[in-house]
Amino acid sequence: MFKRSEQDKRPQVQIFVDGVAVAARQGDTVSAALLASGCDARRSTAVSGARRLPYCMMGVCFDCLVTIDGVGNRQGCLVPVAEGMQIEIQKGKREIGK
Amino acid sequence: MSVAPKREAYDVVVIGAGPAGLAAAATSAEAGLSTLLLDENIGPGGQVFRAISSTPVTERNQLGADYWVGADLVQSLRASNAEVIQRATVWSLDRNLDIAVSIGGASAFVRAKRVILATGALERPFPIPGWTLPGVMTAGAAQTMLKSSALVPDGRTVIAGQGPLLWLLAAQILRLGGRIDRILDTTERGNYFAALPHAFAFLTSPYFAKGLSMMREVKAKVQVVSGVTELSAAGDGQLASVSYVAGSKRETIPADLLLLHQGVVPNVNLAMSAGIEHSWDDLQLCWSPVLDASGNSSVAGIAIAGDGAGIGGANAAVVRGRIAARAAVEALSPAEAAKLPAMAALRADLAKAERGRLFLDTLFRPAPQFRIPSGDTIVCRCEEVTAKDVLDSVAIGATGPNQLKAYRRTGMGPCQGRLCGLTVTELMAQARGKTPQEIGYYRLRAPVKPITLAELAAVPKSETDVKAVVRG
Repeated sequence: MFKRSEQDKRPQVQIFVDGVAVAARQGDTVSAALLASGCDARRSTAVSGARRLPYCMMGVCFDCLVTIDGVGNRQGCLVPVAEGMQIEIQKGKREIGK
Repeated sequence: MSVAPKREAYDVVVIGAGPAGLAAAATSAEAGLSTLLLDENIGPGGQVFRAISSTPVTERNQLGADYWVGADLVQSLRASNAEVIQRATVWSLDRNLDIAVSIGGASAFVRAKRVILATGALERPFPIPGWTLPGVMTAGAAQTMLKSSALVPDGRTVIAGQGPLLWLLAAQILRLGGRIDRILDTTERGNYFAALPHAFAFLTSPYFAKGLSMMREVKAKVQVVSGVTELSAAGDGQLASVSYVAGSKRETIPADLLLLHQGVVPNVNLAMSAGIEHSWDDLQLCWSPVLDASGNSSVAGIAIAGDGAGIGGANAAVVRGRIAARAAVEALSPAEAAKLPAMAALRADLAKAERGRLFLDTLFRPAPQFRIPSGDTIVCRCEEVTAKDVLDSVAIGATGPNQLKAYRRTGMGPCQGRLCGLTVTELMAQARGKTPQEIGYYRLRAPVKPITLAELAAVPKSETDVKAVVRG
């Protein structure tokens, strides 16, 4: 859906999406990294289970909700990637204890 | 990284580091007032100057000269003594000017003598059939990724809607080597006539030449369909096609990405939760705060600057930030205010920056069918409530957005009405034969962004606080 411009010379950062290593760039948000990765990053909603991807990328729509380092319901568009970050695509509601 | 505010109280707290917030915080701090700037994003700039300090787009002309103006604002802020905290989400502001802010998963509380809200704008909801499908995003979302991560669309891409941002985004995508298959322009034909009386101010404003050259640049490379009166997205769990009607012709084209845009509206959540009076703006079709000429709101001590004060664009936002900050300096440190540019000069700057706005607002006033959906089209994305659900609730007695919550939970999901509020107000107004002003808006309350109960529980509390809720 999206590709990186060749002028982007930022260093790579390795993150893990559902356990699989994915190359992101320093300064990417989690949501941008997911959309650039080509992974199936679709979450499913808590109400009907419908598939969603980020809509606004600016912190207002909450369609980028994702589990980051074991914490659920994080807005992926507001969190920068970090080396070794563990991301889980959230299916349905946030789980208790996450 | 997650640094709490250094003090418990400040002369001025500015919320939002877009053009208005950057200008306001720098002005206030330069005048010697203790100033705290809180911003939710990773870096300063807001939306228009997003990633201004970190963008990987090094070829400056690709983003355009208007973007790089933001670098000067950030530099002025850095040169001042303002304390700046990024990734700080303000979740409460009240009439006592007490502010609660979440930073790195912990809440801190600060008090201000003056608050300047610069929480900007968000894109107007664009509730068409299929707008919740993966692959449908806002134009602003694509621009955010372009500025902060140099990402551009590379699948079959359709841009639909209207307004200056749409053309700017299209030009930027093309300059960075991205793909756009078609642009669907939804501007109503009648708007061209309605806007005509305001054309002189526009033609003599800087918007005109810039806009025209951008449209030419885009039209040379992309097929543009104008006069689009119907629009929908379809697919099974993923966008597959976009259908539209232009003239009497209906067409369906395959698509991987649909970018929607029909202007921006003030982000009112924090201001409304503080009890600030707003009124319906029938030209801009949104809620705008009731303000005096210095940006002061109906709540003493809180001013609003930037697009949150009513859409005026980035140049106007900068000036409004300076005006609000000057008013704060006048109130708290009159001797210093004498050294700042005179209020009359700032107001003249504002009038200049707002030149041409009336033309744009009239020309790009979105058509009713793109604001007020029907049938199975989703209105509330969070709770997955359709237009029909809302109308059915009206039929059995829901009178306004707050009653509707009890019927359908609209606006009660995590986005707190940001993506459905305007639609619900207009839909209910139409169904009940009332004006949006009469129908009103959601009653917004803190926390204006979701925070965990654990974070609330960890807030420092006094013995009295504990006694108030513990039995025996």
